[in-house]
Amino acid sequence: MTKKYLGQRITRNEDPRMLTGQALFVDDVEIPGMLHAAFLRSDYAHARILSIDVSAACNRPGVVAVYTAEDMGDFWKPGPLLVPAPRGIEGAFFHARTQIPMARDKVRHVGEPMAVVIGESRYLAEDALADIVVDLEPLEAVADLERALDPDAPLVHDDMESNLGSFVPQRKGDYEAAREQADLVIQRRIVIDRGAAAAMENRVLVAHWDAKSQEMTIWDTTQAPIPLRNGLAGMLGLAEHQVRVIAPFIGGAFGPKIMMFQPEEVLLPWATMKLNRPIKWIEDRRENFVATTQERGQIHDAESALTKDGHILGVKDVFLHDSGAYDPYGLTVPLNSQNHVMGCYDIPSYYSELKMVFTNKMIVTPVRGAGRPQGIFVIERLLDIAAKELDIDRAELRRRNNLQPDAFPHNHKIIDQAFAEFVIDSGNYPATLARALDMIEYEKFIKEEQPALRAEGRHVGIGVVAFIETTGVGPYEGARVTIEASGKVSVATGVGTQGQGHFTAFAQIVADQLGVDVRDVHVVTGDTAHFHWGTGTFASRGAVVAANAINAAAKGVRVKVLKLASKVLGAPEEELELADGMVRVADIPDQSIGLGELAVLANPMRGAVEPGSEPGLEATDYFGPQYGATANGTHAMILEVDVETMMVEIKRYVVVEDCGTIINPLILEGQVHGGVSLGIGNSYYEQLVYDDNGQLLNGSFMDYLIPRSTDMPPRIEIGHEVTPSPLNPLGTKGAGEAGAIPVPSLFAQAVEDALYDYDLEVLEMPLSPNRLFELCYQKGS
Amino acid sequence: MKPAAFDYYAPSTTEEALAYLDQFGYDAKPLAGGQSLIPTMNFRLAQPSVLVDLNPIVDLSYIRPHEDGGLLLGAMTRASQVERDPLVAERAPLVHETMPSIAHPQIRNRSTMGGTMAHADPAAELPAVAIALNAQFRIRGQAGDRWVSVDEFFLGMFMTVIEPSELLVEVRLPPMPPRSGWCFREIARRHGDYALVGVAAMVTLDGGNQCDQARLVFLSVEDRPVPARRAAEMLQGQTPTAEAIQAAAETAATEDIDPGSDIHASASYRRQLAKVLARQALTQAFARARGVA
Ligand SMILES: Cc1cc2nc3c(=O)[nH]c(=O)nc-3n(C[C@H](O)[C@H](O)[C@H](O)COP(=O)(O)OP(=O)(O)OC[C@H]3O[C@@H](n4cnc5c(N)ncnc54)[C@H](O)[C@@H]3O)c2cc1C
Repeated sequence: MTKKYLGQRITRNEDPRMLTGQALFVDDVEIPGMLHAAFLRSDYAHARILSIDVSAACNRPGVVAVYTAEDMGDFWKPGPLLVPAPRGIEGAFFHARTQIPMARDKVRHVGEPMAVVIGESRYLAEDALADIVVDLEPLEAVADLERALDPDAPLVHDDMESNLGSFVPQRKGDYEAAREQADLVIQRRIVIDRGAAAAMENRVLVAHWDAKSQEMTIWDTTQAPIPLRNGLAGMLGLAEHQVRVIAPFIGGAFGPKIMMFQPEEVLLPWATMKLNRPIKWIEDRRENFVATTQERGQIHDAESALTKDGHILGVKDVFLHDSGAYDPYGLTVPLNSQNHVMGCYDIPSYYSELKMVFTNKMIVTPVRGAGRPQGIFVIERLLDIAAKELDIDRAELRRRNNLQPDAFPHNHKIIDQAFAEFVIDSGNYPATLARALDMIEYEKFIKEEQPALRAEGRHVGIGVVAFIETTGVGPYEGARVTIEASGKVSVATGVGTQGQGHFTAFAQIVADQLGVDVRDVHVVTGDTAHFHWGTGTFASRGAVVAANAINAAAKGVRVKVLKLASKVLGAPEEELELADGMVRVADIPDQSIGLGELAVLANPMRGAVEPGSEPGLEATDYFGPQYGATANGTHAMILEVDVETMMVEIKRYVVVEDCGTIINPLILEGQVHGGVSLGIGNSYYEQLVYDDNGQLLNGSFMDYLIPRSTDMPPRIEIGHEVTPSPLNPLGTKGAGEAGAIPVPSLFAQAVEDALYDYDLEVLEMPLSPNRLFELCYQKGS
Repeated sequence: MKPAAFDYYAPSTTEEALAYLDQFGYDAKPLAGGQSLIPTMNFRLAQPSVLVDLNPIVDLSYIRPHEDGGLLLGAMTRASQVERDPLVAERAPLVHETMPSIAHPQIRNRSTMGGTMAHADPAAELPAVAIALNAQFRIRGQAGDRWVSVDEFFLGMFMTVIEPSELLVEVRLPPMPPRSGWCFREIARRHGDYALVGVAAMVTLDGGNQCDQARLVFLSVEDRPVPARRAAEMLQGQTPTAEAIQAAAETAATEDIDPGSDIHASASYRRQLAKVLARQALTQAFARARGVA
């Protein structure tokens, strides 16, 4: 394998199409006779359905059908539990209550569908929604996590004894003993609120049953086309090959699009078979706020025990996790939180209790970060508080507790989201920290600049926090690589793509293996007709799991190329090299053959393919990691607070990131930028505000504040450490979520530092200026 | 988020438009820049059965000097035109200073002077500025025109004195007296958002550098723009020292306004912002009046 492209900052193969409007998005799909769906969604968070009368809606001109749960008959079923609970944790339990396609007896959150209108246009379908008469008996709702556990709290699921959906205690070492020995014990309550994923493109779906070909085609903004296909085929009683799921270009996903089977994803395929007409549904932004999954709500009672020289002896954390109305995604999010509380530190003892709680709010599934930001927030805050109490510099305290480079593989000895012991494969945490401190000029800032600015009355603060990100979990991905008669290479893999640059990063790997121009590698992702083995794009795993599968398949093709070329050119394989789309005998340039020509020879029109060989220059391969690779990083920022208005301005932002081997720094840095912007949103702007009745109070972009480019720091300075993962041949670790993970803890630290004379301790996220004002000016309220 | 069905008329004269409004009464809505009306229709919060589009009426779009030294602005003049117009910058510098705070360039390319005033959003900038400038509104019905002073124009949230059968056709800004200073300040979570609190200040000095007149108007604090009358009275006849300004700003924030709480800002945070903004705006306005800023 040459290294012409790997690690190069090349522009993206997909961008000319994207930037000139030539990329296919689901909404671009137009089929003659296509109908449009609109959903009637509950305005109540909790209510019993007494009756739904759709007769007037059915009679409206342009309406083709109106369905409620009743009409679905046996097809109506709660969705599958996508991620089961881990086994073998003593004292743990988990109650699965998965989402339903349409509410039947009661509604459990605002936005839950109760009926669907299918009409000749979306306009007409929306008109007909107003014709549906629903008789609801409102029930008391539980929106607040703690209130949900009160013995007299209303039950989200009537068949349960309480709203406690799961309990998972995990322990490592003996925390109580550690506490006994400690010089300092810090105890705090930490509250983290919800946010939205808010992808630019909402969820969109076209389902087309073709009765003549007996084939179902579904275009879906999903992160997991293959499991979706397999599941739907089962539900619809079709063979898997009769169902094709295409996830074309997608305008961002950030987690919720991994969630299956969303009510709309079940209803449209079912309805297209009933009506024998294609149907499109476009989630509008108002729906997105109440119909797409969300994340982050947790309350932690956290504790750390330290020696007086700042060594952590143990950590204890008992936390409530808001699951919303259902728990189809199992414990992925809270398990991540539970694991990440140990951060990148050597923590000898840990006791944690995870309590997953049902509430009458939108379902929680992973959103970029997926529980990790909460865990990191807890440990980083505990460290900051300890640093103050012990009068040890924040950075020094982290240095003292960092896992050292020789500590890997390091077994944290608790069960992680992959249901195995949480083992960190590799990393160089002290180097990452040192580099970030260096880049932001930490010493100079706190010794010279900050005192001078404070003397002028300015409130400028610095923050530095470290984090880990578990990435690249199994089970596996696969790919098929083919050299075509044109000499160009096509690659098919099962993961969906939502802006990660797969068409370039994957092409770089293949181009290096086969010695072709990266622009001549054509990648297809997310189309089950092209590749139908795999799971999907989540857990920052594309560049780890899919990329290594692609690398393996490309290697397989390389082997075939060398074998055939050796025969054709009459030279031993060791003397052959692949470059410029040709196979050459090294040092004899005219003794060569183009890959296209070779591909034709491998697929003869006459003669015979030798026994034991296959036609073509093609290979399929798979990769499944032994366990997930863990990336890490350190972020640092300098910000200023205007203490009269409590408006915060980020002045500098530094990221040092170690995601192992870098495939394309340009794409990687784009991922970091995006992650940081979500992190800044989670810290300062984005908060889904629910009232006590489970009503979302800011379900529009007017009131739900996403940071815009103009709200971002002027520059994000990025440094890279590279500690290749020993767990895969490319040495990659994931990077998709990393950017978002440490930002809230960083922001908290920097704000506290800026407001040094306000005696502020930040124990919550997000933190609006309004809230900062309350915390600083209205103590006690 | 699709609007309910409606009929659409595109008259080319004001008279025609008024005839449609008269015919359809409460069922009809004039459509100006559409930047507020269309979103409300998409949310189905408004379901007018008739839209009377004012965009084809070219003679409602103008910026003209008035002989008294003031300005006349046609109702269909786009915010972006106002923003870039040199005459506005010269004769109504407060308006000129305010324009970039309103929404975003794309929205200002469509939204109109008349639409902003008629919409009467308590968080909008220009209504507050209009009060600070003592604007006059020309309202036209089939029976003819009437002039309404700004103090009578705004009735409450999204409510003005314009009748369903009438159109706002012109906004008149009186000339700015000599030795006047101005300032617009607001605080928004993100640039272009509706402000948490905003303030428009206009002040005039007398020959002895004392405050002859001060107007200080807040937005986003109540159901309509709120002039700070007590603060203005406190300043009148005073030398605008830092202390006097500070005292006026505190009075404005504590006595002149009665802000509410919402998810973005509590009442007390709004008062704090009002105090800070009033101080900053008055300081700047007086400095400009003295010709030192
Ligand atoms: C994302 C976004 C951000 C925004 N931010 C701000 C902001 O920060 N500050 C701000 O002030 N505004 C803001 N706006 C609102 C924008 O400036 C408004 O659109 C404007 O205030 C209304 O003007 P319009 O011409 O678009 O009116 P339209 O939306 O067309 O009409 C508004 C109302 O006025 C009526 N109307 C219009 N013209 C007349 C007339 N001549 N006579 C009688 N009635 C009439 C209409 O019937 C309707 O009821 C924002 C809008 C958007 C979409």
